[in-house]
Amino acid sequence: MTYDLQWNILWTGENGRWLLEGIWTTIRLSALSWIFACGLGVLSGALRTAPFRPLRALATCYVEFFRNVPLLVWLFFWYFGAPQVLPRAGQDWLNLHGPEFWSAVVALSVYHGARMSEVIRAGIQSVPKTLFEASVATGLSVGQAYRLILIPIALRLIIPPATNESLNLLKNSSLALTIGVAELTFMTRQVETYTARAFEALTAGTLIYLVLCLTIASVMAQVERALRIPGLIARGVRSES
Amino acid sequence: MSFDWGIIAGNWKFLLLQGLFGIGSFGGGTLRLAIPAMVLGSILGVVIGLCRLTHRRWISYPAVLYVEIFRGVPLVMVIFWFWFLIPQITGQRLPDYSVALAAFVVFEAAYLGEIVRAGVQSVPRGQVDAALASGLTYGEMMLHVILPQAIRNMIPSLVTQFIVIFKDTSLASIIGMMELTKAAQIVSQREIRPFEMYLFLAVVYWICAYSMSRFSRRLDSRISPDHVQSTRVLRLSS
Repeated sequence: MTYDLQWNILWTGENGRWLLEGIWTTIRLSALSWIFACGLGVLSGALRTAPFRPLRALATCYVEFFRNVPLLVWLFFWYFGAPQVLPRAGQDWLNLHGPEFWSAVVALSVYHGARMSEVIRAGIQSVPKTLFEASVATGLSVGQAYRLILIPIALRLIIPPATNESLNLLKNSSLALTIGVAELTFMTRQVETYTARAFEALTAGTLIYLVLCLTIASVMAQVERALRIPGLIARGVRSES
Repeated sequence: MSFDWGIIAGNWKFLLLQGLFGIGSFGGGTLRLAIPAMVLGSILGVVIGLCRLTHRRWISYPAVLYVEIFRGVPLVMVIFWFWFLIPQITGQRLPDYSVALAAFVVFEAAYLGEIVRAGVQSVPRGQVDAALASGLTYGEMMLHVILPQAIRNMIPSLVTQFIVIFKDTSLASIIGMMELTKAAQIVSQREIRPFEMYLFLAVVYWICAYSMSRFSRRLDSRISPDHVQSTRVLRLSS
Protein backbone atom coordinates (compact mmCIF):
# COMPACT_ATOMS: atom_id res chain seq x y z
CA MET A 1 0.00 0.00 0.00
CA THR A 2 1.59 3.22 -1.14
CA TYR A 3 0.34 6.33 0.49
CA ASP A 4 2.44 9.34 1.38
CA LEU A 5 1.21 11.12 4.45
CA GLN A 6 0.70 14.89 4.42
CA TRP A 7 -0.30 15.88 7.89
CA ASN A 8 -0.14 19.60 7.12
CA ILE A 9 -3.47 19.38 5.24
CA LEU A 10 -5.08 19.30 8.67
CA TRP A 11 -4.25 22.93 9.39
CA THR A 12 -3.81 24.51 5.98
CA GLY A 13 -6.63 26.38 4.27
CA GLU A 14 -10.11 26.03 5.67
CA ASN A 15 -9.52 22.56 7.12
CA GLY A 16 -8.24 23.58 10.54
CA ARG A 17 -11.17 25.92 11.05
CA TRP A 18 -13.62 23.22 9.95
CA LEU A 19 -12.25 20.73 12.44
CA LEU A 20 -12.42 23.29 15.26
CA GLU A 21 -16.00 24.17 14.31
CA GLY A 22 -16.78 20.46 14.29
CA ILE A 23 -15.38 20.03 17.80
CA TRP A 24 -17.37 23.03 19.01
CA THR A 25 -20.62 21.70 17.51
CA THR A 26 -20.03 18.24 18.94
CA ILE A 27 -19.45 19.71 22.40
CA ARG A 28 -22.46 22.03 22.18
CA LEU A 29 -24.73 19.24 20.89
CA SER A 30 -23.55 16.74 23.49
CA ALA A 31 -23.65 19.16 26.41
CA LEU A 32 -27.16 20.39 25.65
CA SER A 33 -28.47 16.85 25.08
CA TRP A 34 -26.69 15.68 28.20
CA ILE A 35 -28.48 18.24 30.35
CA PHE A 36 -31.90 17.26 28.97
CA ALA A 37 -31.06 13.54 29.11
CA CYS A 38 -30.07 13.83 32.77
CA GLY A 39 -33.29 15.68 33.54
CA LEU A 40 -35.40 13.04 31.83
CA GLY A 41 -33.30 10.25 33.31
CA VAL A 42 -33.58 11.49 36.89
CA LEU A 43 -37.30 12.11 36.55
CA SER A 44 -38.18 8.76 34.95
CA GLY A 45 -35.59 6.83 36.95
CA ALA A 46 -37.06 8.13 40.20
CA LEU A 47 -40.62 7.52 39.00
CA ARG A 48 -39.76 3.90 38.25
CA THR A 49 -39.02 3.32 41.90
CA ALA A 50 -41.98 5.38 43.16
CA PRO A 51 -44.57 3.59 45.29
CA PHE A 52 -47.44 4.37 42.92
CA ARG A 53 -48.20 1.99 40.10
CA PRO A 54 -49.47 4.20 37.23
CA LEU A 55 -46.42 6.46 37.56
CA ARG A 56 -44.11 3.46 37.48
CA ALA A 57 -45.88 2.08 34.41
CA LEU A 58 -45.65 5.41 32.59
CA ALA A 59 -41.92 5.69 33.24
CA THR A 60 -41.34 2.05 32.28
CA CYS A 61 -43.15 2.54 28.96
CA TYR A 62 -41.00 5.56 28.19
CA VAL A 63 -37.75 3.78 28.99
CA GLU A 64 -38.53 0.49 27.30
CA PHE A 65 -39.83 2.10 24.13
CA PHE A 66 -37.06 4.61 23.59
CA ARG A 67 -34.02 2.60 24.51
CA ASN A 68 -34.95 -0.46 22.44
CA VAL A 69 -34.95 1.42 19.13
CA PRO A 70 -31.69 2.48 17.44
CA LEU A 71 -30.70 6.11 17.89
CA LEU A 72 -30.36 6.47 14.11
CA VAL A 73 -34.05 5.66 13.70
CA TRP A 74 -34.94 8.26 16.32
CA LEU A 75 -32.80 10.83 14.54
CA PHE A 76 -34.63 10.20 11.28
CA PHE A 77 -37.96 10.21 13.07
CA TRP A 78 -37.40 13.51 14.85
CA TYR A 79 -35.82 15.18 11.84
CA PHE A 80 -37.92 13.93 8.92
CA GLY A 81 -41.08 12.69 10.57
CA ALA A 82 -41.94 14.67 13.67
CA PRO A 83 -41.84 18.26 12.29
CA GLN A 84 -44.72 17.52 9.91
CA VAL A 85 -47.08 16.91 12.82
CA LEU A 86 -45.94 20.06 14.64
CA PRO A 87 -48.25 23.10 14.56
CA ARG A 88 -47.36 25.81 12.07
CA ALA A 89 -45.68 28.04 14.66
CA GLY A 90 -43.42 25.22 15.81
CA GLN A 91 -42.33 24.46 12.25
CA ASP A 92 -41.50 28.12 11.66
CA TRP A 93 -39.47 28.30 14.83
CA LEU A 94 -37.53 25.17 13.85
CA ASN A 95 -36.78 26.45 10.36
CA LEU A 96 -35.44 29.68 11.81
CA HIS A 97 -33.23 28.02 14.42
CA GLY A 98 -31.72 25.15 12.46
CA PRO A 99 -33.95 22.07 12.38
CA GLU A 100 -30.99 19.65 12.12
CA PHE A 101 -29.39 20.72 15.36
CA TRP A 102 -32.59 20.77 17.40
CA SER A 103 -33.85 17.46 16.03
CA ALA A 104 -30.52 15.94 17.00
CA VAL A 105 -30.82 17.44 20.49
CA VAL A 106 -34.31 15.98 20.92
CA ALA A 107 -33.29 12.57 19.59
CA LEU A 108 -30.17 12.35 21.74
CA SER A 109 -31.93 13.64 24.86
CA VAL A 110 -34.90 11.32 24.65
CA TYR A 111 -32.85 8.24 23.75
CA HIS A 112 -30.14 8.80 26.31
CA GLY A 113 -32.70 9.96 28.86
CA ALA A 114 -34.16 6.46 28.67
CA ARG A 115 -30.75 4.86 29.06
CA MET A 116 -29.77 7.24 31.83
CA SER A 117 -33.00 6.31 33.56
CA GLU A 118 -31.84 2.69 33.81
CA VAL A 119 -28.56 3.79 35.35
CA ILE A 120 -30.37 5.99 37.85
CA ARG A 121 -32.95 3.35 38.74
CA ALA A 122 -30.16 0.86 39.46
CA GLY A 123 -28.47 3.54 41.58
CA ILE A 124 -31.61 4.23 43.57
CA GLN A 125 -32.31 0.53 44.02
CA SER A 126 -28.81 -0.10 45.28
CA VAL A 127 -29.45 2.31 48.14
CA PRO A 128 -30.55 0.06 51.02
CA LYS A 129 -34.32 -0.05 51.45
CA THR A 130 -33.89 0.43 55.19
CA LEU A 131 -32.54 3.92 54.54
CA PHE A 132 -35.85 4.88 52.96
CA GLU A 133 -37.79 3.32 55.81
CA ALA A 134 -35.60 5.09 58.35
CA SER A 135 -36.07 8.47 56.70
CA VAL A 136 -39.83 8.06 56.56
CA ALA A 137 -39.82 6.88 60.16
CA THR A 138 -38.02 10.06 61.25
CA GLY A 139 -40.94 12.06 59.87
CA LEU A 140 -39.82 12.97 56.38
CA SER A 141 -42.42 12.83 53.64
CA VAL A 142 -41.82 10.51 50.68
CA GLY A 143 -40.80 13.52 48.59
CA GLN A 144 -38.37 14.72 51.24
CA ALA A 145 -36.89 11.27 51.67
CA TYR A 146 -36.14 11.17 47.95
CA ARG A 147 -34.85 14.74 47.78
CA LEU A 148 -32.75 14.79 50.92
CA ILE A 149 -31.62 11.21 51.44
CA LEU A 150 -32.06 8.79 48.57
CA ILE A 151 -31.14 10.94 45.57
CA PRO A 152 -27.94 12.48 47.03
CA ILE A 153 -26.65 9.03 47.96
CA ALA A 154 -27.78 7.38 44.72
CA LEU A 155 -26.19 10.17 42.67
CA ARG A 156 -22.80 9.35 44.15
CA LEU A 157 -23.23 5.63 43.51
CA ILE A 158 -24.11 6.20 39.89
CA ILE A 159 -21.15 8.40 39.00
CA PRO A 160 -19.15 5.60 37.31
CA PRO A 161 -21.98 4.14 35.19
CA ALA A 162 -23.36 7.61 34.46
CA THR A 163 -19.93 8.71 33.22
CA ASN A 164 -19.93 5.70 30.95
CA GLU A 165 -23.34 6.64 29.65
CA SER A 166 -22.33 10.28 29.15
CA LEU A 167 -19.38 9.16 27.06
CA ASN A 168 -21.79 7.04 25.02
CA LEU A 169 -23.81 10.18 24.41
CA LEU A 170 -20.72 12.06 23.27
CA LYS A 171 -19.79 9.26 20.88
CA ASN A 172 -23.36 8.86 19.66
CA SER A 173 -23.57 12.54 18.81
CA SER A 174 -21.51 11.54 15.77
CA LEU A 175 -24.68 10.02 14.29
CA ALA A 176 -26.04 13.54 13.85
CA LEU A 177 -23.98 13.71 10.66
CA THR A 178 -26.68 11.61 8.99
CA ILE A 179 -29.16 14.47 9.25
CA GLY A 180 -26.59 17.10 8.31
CA VAL A 181 -25.43 18.54 11.63
CA ALA A 182 -21.91 19.82 11.06
CA GLU A 183 -20.32 18.09 14.04
CA LEU A 184 -16.88 16.53 14.29
CA THR A 185 -17.46 13.40 12.18
CA PHE A 186 -19.24 15.49 9.57
CA MET A 187 -16.33 17.90 9.41
CA THR A 188 -13.83 15.04 9.26
CA ARG A 189 -15.68 13.73 6.23
CA GLN A 190 -15.73 17.22 4.74
CA VAL A 191 -11.96 17.62 5.12
CA GLU A 192 -11.59 14.17 3.57
CA THR A 193 -13.80 15.11 0.62
CA TYR A 194 -12.06 18.40 -0.09
CA THR A 195 -8.48 17.13 0.25
CA ALA A 196 -8.90 13.46 -0.74
CA ARG A 197 -6.72 12.71 2.29
CA ALA A 198 -8.79 10.12 4.10
CA PHE A 199 -6.06 8.71 6.31
CA GLU A 200 -5.03 12.03 7.82
CA ALA A 201 -8.59 13.28 8.24
CA LEU A 202 -9.83 10.08 9.88
CA THR A 203 -6.80 9.97 12.17
CA ALA A 204 -7.48 13.53 13.28
CA GLY A 205 -11.15 12.79 13.98
CA THR A 206 -10.35 9.57 15.83
CA LEU A 207 -7.69 11.20 18.00
CA ILE A 208 -9.97 14.11 18.89
CA TYR A 209 -12.70 11.72 20.04
CA LEU A 210 -10.18 9.69 22.04
CA VAL A 211 -8.82 12.81 23.75
CA LEU A 212 -12.33 14.09 24.55
CA CYS A 213 -13.40 10.73 26.00
CA LEU A 214 -10.25 10.11 28.01
CA THR A 215 -10.29 13.64 29.42
CA ILE A 216 -13.89 13.36 30.58
CA ALA A 217 -13.26 9.89 32.02
CA SER A 218 -10.30 11.09 34.08
CA VAL A 219 -12.09 14.23 35.29
CA MET A 220 -15.04 12.13 36.42
CA ALA A 221 -12.75 9.72 38.22
CA GLN A 222 -11.45 12.73 40.20
CA VAL A 223 -14.99 13.89 40.93
CA GLU A 224 -15.92 10.42 42.11
CA ARG A 225 -13.02 10.41 44.54
CA ALA A 226 -13.77 13.91 45.79
CA LEU A 227 -17.45 13.25 46.49
CA ARG A 228 -17.11 9.83 48.09
CA ILE A 229 -18.97 9.47 51.36
CA PRO A 230 -16.58 7.85 53.84
CA GLY A 231 -17.82 4.52 55.11
CA LEU A 232 -20.65 4.13 52.63
CA ILE A 233 -20.86 0.87 50.63
CA ALA A 234 -17.48 1.52 49.06
CA ARG A 235 -18.16 0.97 45.39
CA GLY A 236 -21.82 0.35 44.84
CA VAL A 237 -22.73 -0.02 41.23
CA ARG A 238 -20.31 -0.95 38.53
CA SER A 239 -21.61 -1.76 35.11
CA GLU A 240 -19.59 -4.00 32.88
CA SER A 241 -20.99 -2.74 29.64
CA MET B 1 -52.40 16.72 9.05
CA SER B 2 -53.65 13.39 7.82
CA PHE B 3 -51.92 10.06 8.10
CA ASP B 4 -51.66 7.42 5.46
CA TRP B 5 -50.81 4.09 6.99
CA GLY B 6 -51.41 2.43 3.64
CA ILE B 7 -47.75 2.89 2.73
CA ILE B 8 -46.85 0.28 5.31
CA ALA B 9 -49.35 -2.23 3.97
CA GLY B 10 -47.98 -1.54 0.50
CA ASN B 11 -44.30 -1.90 1.37
CA TRP B 12 -44.09 -4.37 4.22
CA LYS B 13 -42.73 -7.14 2.02
CA PHE B 14 -39.80 -5.04 0.87
CA LEU B 15 -39.17 -3.69 4.36
CA LEU B 16 -39.32 -6.94 6.28
CA LEU B 17 -38.16 -9.56 3.80
CA GLN B 18 -35.43 -7.49 2.16
CA GLY B 19 -34.59 -5.09 4.97
CA LEU B 20 -34.89 -7.24 8.08
CA PHE B 21 -34.19 -10.76 6.79
CA GLY B 22 -32.13 -9.95 3.70
CA ILE B 23 -34.21 -12.14 1.37
CA GLY B 24 -34.22 -10.30 -1.93
CA SER B 25 -32.12 -9.08 -4.78
CA PHE B 26 -30.11 -6.48 -2.83
CA GLY B 27 -28.24 -8.76 -0.44
CA GLY B 28 -27.55 -7.37 3.02
CA GLY B 29 -30.36 -7.45 5.55
CA THR B 30 -30.32 -6.51 9.22
CA LEU B 31 -30.35 -10.05 10.59
CA ARG B 32 -27.88 -11.34 8.04
CA LEU B 33 -25.49 -8.68 9.30
CA ALA B 34 -26.36 -8.84 13.00
CA ILE B 35 -26.10 -12.60 13.55
CA PRO B 36 -22.64 -13.14 12.00
CA ALA B 37 -21.48 -9.97 13.76
CA MET B 38 -22.60 -11.42 17.11
CA VAL B 39 -20.98 -14.83 16.49
CA LEU B 40 -17.67 -13.59 15.06
CA GLY B 41 -17.56 -10.68 17.50
CA SER B 42 -17.97 -13.07 20.43
CA ILE B 43 -15.13 -15.29 19.19
CA LEU B 44 -12.80 -12.31 18.82
CA GLY B 45 -14.13 -11.00 22.13
CA VAL B 46 -13.15 -14.21 23.95
CA VAL B 47 -9.65 -13.96 22.48
CA ILE B 48 -9.30 -10.31 23.53
CA GLY B 49 -10.80 -10.87 26.97
CA LEU B 50 -8.43 -13.76 27.66
CA CYS B 51 -5.46 -11.79 26.29
CA ARG B 52 -6.24 -9.01 28.76
CA LEU B 53 -6.17 -11.48 31.62
CA THR B 54 -2.80 -13.09 30.99
CA HIS B 55 0.22 -12.08 33.01
CA ARG B 56 2.41 -11.79 29.93
CA ARG B 57 2.54 -8.06 29.37
CA TRP B 58 3.36 -8.21 25.68
CA ILE B 59 -0.01 -9.94 25.22
CA SER B 60 -2.15 -8.10 27.74
CA TYR B 61 -1.02 -4.53 26.96
CA PRO B 62 -1.99 -4.65 23.26
CA ALA B 63 -5.36 -6.09 24.32
CA VAL B 64 -5.90 -3.23 26.79
CA LEU B 65 -4.96 -0.74 24.09
CA TYR B 66 -7.35 -2.38 21.65
CA VAL B 67 -10.26 -2.19 24.09
CA GLU B 68 -9.54 1.38 25.19
CA ILE B 69 -9.16 2.70 21.64
CA PHE B 70 -12.31 1.14 20.27
CA ARG B 71 -14.35 2.10 23.31
CA GLY B 72 -13.20 5.71 23.00
CA VAL B 73 -14.22 6.14 19.37
CA PRO B 74 -17.70 6.29 17.82
CA LEU B 75 -18.79 3.32 15.74
CA VAL B 76 -19.44 5.61 12.76
CA MET B 77 -15.76 6.54 12.78
CA VAL B 78 -14.74 2.86 12.78
CA ILE B 79 -17.09 2.14 9.88
CA PHE B 80 -15.54 4.99 7.88
CA TRP B 81 -12.06 3.68 8.70
CA PHE B 82 -12.92 0.26 7.34
CA TRP B 83 -14.61 1.76 4.32
CA PHE B 84 -11.40 3.60 3.53
CA LEU B 85 -8.80 1.06 4.66
CA ILE B 86 -10.11 -2.20 3.20
CA PRO B 87 -9.83 -1.09 -0.44
CA GLN B 88 -6.40 0.39 0.34
CA ILE B 89 -5.10 -2.86 1.78
CA THR B 90 -6.76 -5.41 -0.49
CA GLY B 91 -6.54 -3.25 -3.61
CA GLN B 92 -10.14 -3.89 -4.59
CA ARG B 93 -13.58 -2.66 -3.57
CA LEU B 94 -15.42 -5.14 -1.40
CA PRO B 95 -19.21 -5.19 -1.12
CA ASP B 96 -20.70 -2.90 1.54
CA TYR B 97 -21.81 -5.97 3.45
CA SER B 98 -18.25 -7.21 4.05
CA VAL B 99 -17.03 -3.77 5.04
CA ALA B 100 -19.87 -3.37 7.53
CA LEU B 101 -19.42 -6.87 8.94
CA ALA B 102 -15.66 -6.38 9.41
CA ALA B 103 -16.22 -3.05 11.16
CA PHE B 104 -18.88 -4.49 13.47
CA VAL B 105 -16.84 -7.55 14.43
CA VAL B 106 -13.74 -5.49 15.27
CA PHE B 107 -15.65 -2.76 17.09
CA GLU B 108 -18.02 -4.94 19.12
CA ALA B 109 -15.22 -7.34 20.06
CA ALA B 110 -13.81 -4.58 22.28
CA TYR B 111 -17.06 -4.44 24.29
CA LEU B 112 -17.56 -8.22 24.23
CA GLY B 113 -13.96 -8.67 25.38
CA GLU B 114 -14.70 -6.60 28.48
CA ILE B 115 -17.76 -8.74 29.21
CA VAL B 116 -15.65 -11.90 28.88
CA ARG B 117 -13.02 -10.46 31.20
CA ALA B 118 -15.60 -9.52 33.82
CA GLY B 119 -17.19 -12.97 33.49
CA VAL B 120 -13.90 -14.81 33.96
CA GLN B 121 -12.98 -12.59 36.90
CA SER B 122 -16.29 -13.43 38.55
CA VAL B 123 -15.24 -17.09 38.84
CA PRO B 124 -13.70 -17.70 42.28
CA ARG B 125 -9.92 -17.81 42.31
CA GLY B 126 -9.96 -21.23 44.00
CA GLN B 127 -11.31 -22.79 40.81
CA VAL B 128 -8.14 -21.82 38.94
CA ASP B 129 -5.89 -23.18 41.66
CA ALA B 130 -7.86 -26.41 41.93
CA ALA B 131 -7.87 -26.96 38.16
CA LEU B 132 -4.14 -26.33 37.85
CA ALA B 133 -3.41 -28.46 40.91
CA SER B 134 -5.29 -31.37 39.40
CA GLY B 135 -2.87 -31.32 36.48
CA LEU B 136 -4.80 -29.52 33.76
CA THR B 137 -2.86 -27.25 31.43
CA TYR B 138 -3.76 -23.54 31.20
CA GLY B 139 -5.76 -24.14 28.02
CA GLU B 140 -7.66 -27.11 29.43
CA MET B 141 -8.38 -25.22 32.62
CA MET B 142 -9.86 -22.30 30.66
CA LEU B 143 -11.88 -24.47 28.31
CA HIS B 144 -13.28 -27.02 30.76
CA VAL B 145 -13.38 -25.27 34.11
CA ILE B 146 -13.35 -21.47 33.91
CA LEU B 147 -15.19 -20.58 30.71
CA PRO B 148 -18.26 -22.79 31.34
CA GLN B 149 -18.76 -21.10 34.70
CA ALA B 150 -17.88 -17.65 33.36
CA ILE B 151 -20.38 -17.94 30.52
CA ARG B 152 -23.25 -18.32 32.97
CA ASN B 153 -22.28 -15.09 34.68
CA MET B 154 -21.78 -13.39 31.35
CA ILE B 155 -25.13 -14.19 29.78
CA PRO B 156 -27.09 -11.14 30.95
CA SER B 157 -24.47 -8.63 29.82
CA LEU B 158 -23.86 -10.66 26.69
CA VAL B 159 -27.50 -10.52 25.65
CA THR B 160 -27.59 -6.79 26.45
CA GLN B 161 -24.62 -6.33 24.15
CA PHE B 162 -26.27 -8.47 21.45
CA ILE B 163 -29.26 -6.15 21.57
CA VAL B 164 -26.85 -3.22 21.20
CA ILE B 165 -25.27 -4.93 18.17
CA PHE B 166 -28.70 -5.51 16.66
CA LYS B 167 -29.52 -1.83 17.06
CA ASP B 168 -26.08 -0.74 15.87
CA THR B 169 -26.52 -2.53 12.54
CA SER B 170 -28.75 0.39 11.55
CA LEU B 171 -25.51 2.34 11.10
CA ALA B 172 -24.59 0.14 8.14
CA SER B 173 -27.11 2.23 6.18
CA ILE B 174 -24.64 5.13 6.36
CA ILE B 175 -22.30 3.39 3.92
CA GLY B 176 -25.27 2.35 1.82
CA MET B 177 -25.74 -1.26 2.87
CA MET B 178 -29.29 -2.46 2.30
CA GLU B 179 -30.82 -3.24 5.67
CA LEU B 180 -33.97 -2.32 7.57
CA THR B 181 -33.14 1.36 8.08
CA LYS B 182 -31.90 1.81 4.52
CA ALA B 183 -35.02 0.10 3.16
CA ALA B 184 -37.21 2.42 5.24
CA GLN B 185 -35.25 5.44 4.02
CA ILE B 186 -35.86 4.42 0.42
CA VAL B 187 -39.57 3.87 0.94
CA SER B 188 -39.89 7.10 2.91
CA GLN B 189 -38.21 9.11 0.17
CA ARG B 190 -40.36 7.54 -2.53
CA GLU B 191 -43.65 7.95 -0.72
CA ILE B 192 -42.83 11.21 1.13
CA ARG B 193 -44.41 9.82 4.28
CA PRO B 194 -41.56 10.07 6.82
CA PHE B 195 -43.71 10.21 9.96
CA GLU B 196 -45.57 6.97 9.33
CA MET B 197 -42.51 5.23 7.91
CA TYR B 198 -40.09 6.01 10.73
CA LEU B 199 -42.65 5.30 13.40
CA PHE B 200 -43.24 1.89 11.83
CA LEU B 201 -39.47 1.37 11.65
CA ALA B 202 -39.18 2.19 15.35
CA VAL B 203 -41.92 -0.31 16.17
CA VAL B 204 -40.22 -3.10 14.19
CA TYR B 205 -36.88 -2.50 15.91
CA TRP B 206 -38.65 -2.26 19.23
CA ILE B 207 -40.44 -5.59 18.82
CA CYS B 208 -37.17 -7.38 17.98
CA ALA B 209 -35.06 -5.76 20.69
CA TYR B 210 -37.71 -5.98 23.40
CA SER B 211 -38.42 -9.65 22.75
CA MET B 212 -34.68 -10.34 22.96
CA SER B 213 -34.53 -8.61 26.34
CA ARG B 214 -37.59 -10.51 27.63
CA PHE B 215 -36.05 -13.76 26.46
CA SER B 216 -32.80 -12.95 28.25
CA ARG B 217 -34.63 -12.21 31.47
CA ARG B 218 -36.32 -15.63 31.34
CA LEU B 219 -33.08 -17.35 30.46
CA ASP B 220 -31.34 -15.47 33.23
CA SER B 221 -33.73 -16.56 35.96
CA ARG B 222 -33.56 -20.17 34.79
CA ILE B 223 -29.84 -20.81 34.51
CA SER B 224 -28.26 -18.48 37.04
CA PRO B 225 -26.60 -20.15 39.97
CA ASP B 226 -27.53 -18.77 43.36
CA HIS B 227 -24.46 -16.64 43.92
CA VAL B 228 -25.29 -14.69 40.80
CA GLN B 229 -28.84 -14.19 42.00
CA SER B 230 -27.68 -12.42 45.14
CA THR B 231 -25.65 -9.85 43.23
CA ARG B 232 -28.41 -9.16 40.79
CA VAL B 233 -29.63 -5.97 42.44
CA LEU B 234 -26.29 -4.34 41.79
CA ARG B 235 -26.25 -5.08 38.10
CA LEU B 236 -27.31 -2.46 35.60
CA SER B 237 -29.52 -2.52 32.54
CA SER B 238 -30.34 -6.18 32.37
